Amino acid sequence: MSSSVISVISRFLEEYNSSTSTKLKVVDAYLLYILLTGALQFLYCLLVGTFPFNSFLSGFISCVGSFILAVCLRIQINPQNKAEFLSTSPERAFADFLFAHTVLHLVAINFVG
Amino acid sequence: MAEQHTASDCKQRASQGAGGSVSGNGRPNTAAGCGGGGGGLSGGLTQPAGWQSLLSFTILFLAWLAGFSSRLFAVIRFESIIHEFDPWFNYRSTHHLSTNGFYEFLNWFDERAWYPLGRIVGGTVYPGLMVTAGLIHYLLNLLNVTVHIRDVCVFLAPIFSGLTAISTFLLTRELWNQGAGLLAACFIAIVPGYISRSVAGSFDNEGIAIFALQFTYYLWVKSVKTGSVFWTIGCCLSYFYMVSAWGGYVFIINLIPLHVFVLLLMQRYSRRLYIAYSTFYIVGLVLSMQIPFVGFQPIRTSEHMAAAGVFALLQAYAFLQYLKDRLTKQEFQTLFFLGVSLAAGVVFLTVIYLTYTGYIAPWSGRFYSLWDTGYAKIHIPIIASVSEHQPTTWVSFFFDLHILVCTFPAGLWFCIKNINDERVFVALYAISAVYFAGVMVRLMLTLTPVVCMLSAIAFSSVFEHYLGDDMKRENPPAEDSSDEDDKRNSGNLYDKAGKVRKHVSEQDRPEEGLGPNIKSIVTMLMLMLLMMFAVHCTWVTSNAYSSPSVVLASYNHDGSRNILDDFREAYYWLRQNTDEHARVMSWWDYGYQIAGMANRTTLVDNNTWNNSHIALVGKAMSSNESAAYEIMKSLDVDYVLIIFGGVIGYSGDDINKFLWMVRIAEGEHPKDIRESDYFTPQGEFRVDKAGSPTLLNCLMYKMSYYRFGEMQLDFRTPPGFDRTRNAEIGNKDIRLKHLEEAFTSEHWLVRIYRVKKQENRQALDHKLRNVAAKQKYTSKKTAKRKRGYVKNKLVLKKGKKLNKKSV
Repeated sequence: MSSSVISVISRFLEEYNSSTSTKLKVVDAYLLYILLTGALQFLYCLLVGTFPFNSFLSGFISCVGSFILAVCLRIQINPQNKAEFLSTSPERAFADFLFAHTVLHLVAINFVG
Repeated sequence: MAEQHTASDCKQRASQGAGGSVSGNGRPNTAAGCGGGGGGLSGGLTQPAGWQSLLSFTILFLAWLAGFSSRLFAVIRFESIIHEFDPWFNYRSTHHLSTNGFYEFLNWFDERAWYPLGRIVGGTVYPGLMVTAGLIHYLLNLLNVTVHIRDVCVFLAPIFSGLTAISTFLLTRELWNQGAGLLAACFIAIVPGYISRSVAGSFDNEGIAIFALQFTYYLWVKSVKTGSVFWTIGCCLSYFYMVSAWGGYVFIINLIPLHVFVLLLMQRYSRRLYIAYSTFYIVGLVLSMQIPFVGFQPIRTSEHMAAAGVFALLQAYAFLQYLKDRLTKQEFQTLFFLGVSLAAGVVFLTVIYLTYTGYIAPWSGRFYSLWDTGYAKIHIPIIASVSEHQPTTWVSFFFDLHILVCTFPAGLWFCIKNINDERVFVALYAISAVYFAGVMVRLMLTLTPVVCMLSAIAFSSVFEHYLGDDMKRENPPAEDSSDEDDKRNSGNLYDKAGKVRKHVSEQDRPEEGLGPNIKSIVTMLMLMLLMMFAVHCTWVTSNAYSSPSVVLASYNHDGSRNILDDFREAYYWLRQNTDEHARVMSWWDYGYQIAGMANRTTLVDNNTWNNSHIALVGKAMSSNESAAYEIMKSLDVDYVLIIFGGVIGYSGDDINKFLWMVRIAEGEHPKDIRESDYFTPQGEFRVDKAGSPTLLNCLMYKMSYYRFGEMQLDFRTPPGFDRTRNAEIGNKDIRLKHLEEAFTSEHWLVRIYRVKKQENRQALDHKLRNVAAKQKYTSKKTAKRKRGYVKNKLVLKKGKKLNKKSV
């Protein structure tokens, strides 16, 4: 069982390396970074506590939000999904991404308190 | 196609004008609208798209105008005044906002409410309404249009009804087509179910919240359709406005996840859905927590947990979908079981842990009462006592929605028959809203928009069928334009429905094409229905929903009108004749009005957050005078205000509400107050001689009927005859010991009593003299021996002497 899982994962990584464009790989690296940041925050809250609760929340939500928005960007600029997003060019997707980030972080900063 | 709708719209508008003739503008504009329709018909030959948008604009504008003007009955009949109860608080805080600024408003501690507790207003209101009105007022003043803040408040709801019509149009256009959208806009502009909460002067949260609700749904549907982050962020901002405006935002945050969940179940997952929901949830979450009153609720309470659950589910689903695209089926299965079992375990443990440690609060009482309709009656009498929280009767469905309630299942059927992503949404919206409207009268308001949309779809489909072919055959100029419409619609992916239905129904009927007679008869019938709808709407608006309830009107036999202005008379008396810091006790219904109109401190008001305080007031009202005096003394009451309708036959007075006071008091003080004491042995609530003695001697009864026994209203009835309850009162010789009558309004509607201060110590002195009679004997002796007032020795000597003498 475990060996088959490992083989599947290794094959998946192989295919990922071969079939994903560099642009998407950059986005993926960014996603990984955000994931680690979020995990770190969560770990901190488990260890130390959530005392300034709104600060913790705004930090964590801004992490999750950034992650989601990056995933959205990744979906929209992926050429394989072109059929589903005919009206959304990569430039438009990036502009939306920036706009969403503006809103998200204005609110998050307001919420840090 | 647009022509047909225009025709029906014009009909509707015309009958609207004829039914009510609300304002002078109504009729000329109506004519212009129909003229515009004719112009569209002839000009559609050259440039149909241009004419179509012109027509849409005209119709929407007219819908706005009609909606606005039919909401003005109250202003025209009475005056520009804030209505009812809650609007008075909203008005008062808006006034505070506009005079003191935004930050003062957020930090406002209102010491005039809930004496002696006070109320932190900024943290316990949904500020959207006040901020909207304040902003409009500010902008108008910036442009040197000097408007009083009261007028802004009075006309806010009618103006927003036009915006609601436009957003309903947009939403219906996304769901079906433009024609249905226009019909829906016209319906929502005049439907009584919505007018009931948005007449001029009804300055309440719902007035702007329905607009926010519809607009949020429109943006949601739009973002699901396009999968664009931009629309989703728009949806979040609109959701934020909704959160700031009304507690009903919980409906949105549960309906949208439900939509997503059902789409997942129906195998309709798409990446657009993922983008729309994930972005909406996370940005909406952080936005909704910006409202102080909402605070951390979105992550703490069970009402919001469904949304979080669906969010997590969607992430997992999307990730698995991604893997599925990359891997073979065999490989995927290996990973799938591992992943699913792991994720399920983690989620399960987290939920258990959080609930166990109390991070997630259980459902609040108001939400329990939505599932179990008997819940509130048993556990929370304060919720059950509000009339708008009662279950809805069938009559009120028809009264508020008229023909729409009959046609909207047909629209729902059309939607389900030609299902797609956003029609799933409207179907869910309809089903849940019907349920909630059945539970509470008040939630009829959330049902109304969806009923308008679905009925519009039903009417639109019928007209499309029965009017479209007709025009093609008999009206050659119209043929081109309707073909143009068809072309436009076929470009629109979501507009196949009408045509599919047409084929089906043509297959149903064996003979090809209907006779012109049948078509015209059906069309006429439909138009008749619409006309009757418009007439009904105007009638209901004018008769049922346009009373300010602060000013009452009665009609004489000859049709002339009597204005009963007792409420304002009494509140003005309070304002002028009492001390600025006087504390007025009344039942909670009148708290906001006393604060707003009389500007005096109240003990309880319509924000019923503190049940025990209300129960204390209820206990004072329902116990006898001396027990009540103790309570009133402890609460520092200066005046007591009650509403008494026995003279004019006003049924909403305090005696009729009295049983709720008893019930609420019993909930907190079961030893002192028992509901059964207030009934006759037969279980009746009577105010005449047969009534229970506890009732006949309680404070509320005494205050209501004080000196009423001397009053003969009519030669046919005995003195002291209560017109509301049709009974001669049982206790005519009422004497008050601790209270005195301070003011009674012209029709006795409002009676105000002054609580007497404690009397001087005369009585106490007398008592003391009796008790001290023996001591006096000794003191006389001490008085004789004036010199000797050295303390200890003299006492000892006195004792000796006394002993000697007595012995």
